[in-house]
Amino acid sequence: MKGSVLATLAFQCAMLSLLAFGGGVNTVVPELQRQAVDVHHWMDARTFSDLFAIAQASPGPNMLIVCLVGLKAAGLAGALVATIAATVPTCLLTFVMSGFWDRIRNSPWRAVVQGGLAPVAVGLIAASAFLISRAADHAPALIAVTVGTAAFCYFTKRNPLWALAAAAALGLTGVVS
Amino acid sequence: MARTILACLRIHAHNRIMTSHPDPAEQTPSLFELYLGFAQISVSAFGGALPWARRILVDQRGWMDPEDFASTLALCQFLPGPNVVNLSIAFGRRLHGWAGALAAVFGLMAAPVVIILTLGGLYLRFGQIGSLKGMFAALGAAAGGLVVATAAQMAVPLIRKTPMTAVPIIVAGFVLAGLLRWPLPAVMAVLAPVGLLLARRRRT
Repeated sequence: MKGSVLATLAFQCAMLSLLAFGGGVNTVVPELQRQAVDVHHWMDARTFSDLFAIAQASPGPNMLIVCLVGLKAAGLAGALVATIAATVPTCLLTFVMSGFWDRIRNSPWRAVVQGGLAPVAVGLIAASAFLISRAADHAPALIAVTVGTAAFCYFTKRNPLWALAAAAALGLTGVVS
Repeated sequence: MARTILACLRIHAHNRIMTSHPDPAEQTPSLFELYLGFAQISVSAFGGALPWARRILVDQRGWMDPEDFASTLALCQFLPGPNVVNLSIAFGRRLHGWAGALAAVFGLMAAPVVIILTLGGLYLRFGQIGSLKGMFAALGAAAGGLVVATAAQMAVPLIRKTPMTAVPIIVAGFVLAGLLRWPLPAVMAVLAPVGLLLARRRRT
């Protein structure tokens, strides 16, 4: 049973990391949430949103959400398997491709691929924003936190950590819940 | 927070030393220095690693010049996977081959994995306790807002530049992945060819 969970984690994380074009992990959050919550029932949507928040509030690549999904699904072994599976394939690809980089630098198809995939990535990130917020915002005060954080991050150039810290303080003191 | 402030102080202290030795061309970092440099990026990287990667690799340590950084980053953004992880692989490989890539990526990943596992473990064990539950609820709501802002920041310039092609694809991606919950490979199989065709037609 556990072995099959680990195999599923490894496969899903490797596939998702290879599909994560252009916007980092946010483009694959809808699929990661679908797999973890709807398909495999490793957690409910609210737990997923909480884990996503922890990954956002921690230092390092946001892709480490897969580490927490693995931890919840199959303990420490799951966390390590998920992290390695999400890292190794893209790293191998980068290792090989960075050797060819000079050759494709001036190729016209590079601009076509970038221009064509950018709006797809944005649509997927918008879907992530919707799914994360819908699972997290189960009270009016929490909707206000989401809107406030979005406005703070969109309209100012300050470190988003300030908004996360303010939200954590509000939550800890029971002002929002 | 304290870690971010400490990292800033370290950078200021280091900048003073660097200005007296402004000779980036002669510096080829050893494997251990490479590991330490990317470890420093990783623990500073709250809410986005790339500004820190640039500050540390270009301004502070003088390992890359700005043009080199920009063109390497362009490759890393083009490939799948987190940009800063790809950057560590491409830069480490250029300096020391396989060993360099491994040193850089381990430097980048080791501390964040330990930190996030600690926080995640605490959440899974104690997350249901009163005030902590409130904190995680608020953090989740804020994290949602962060992604809303990211989506908006990326969407606005695209929509300004090419409204007729960007809007339908952004909306389709949102509906298929967010509302209809299609699997990602299916979303990509439908939207990637359409996006590429539209981008190609725009160029010709």
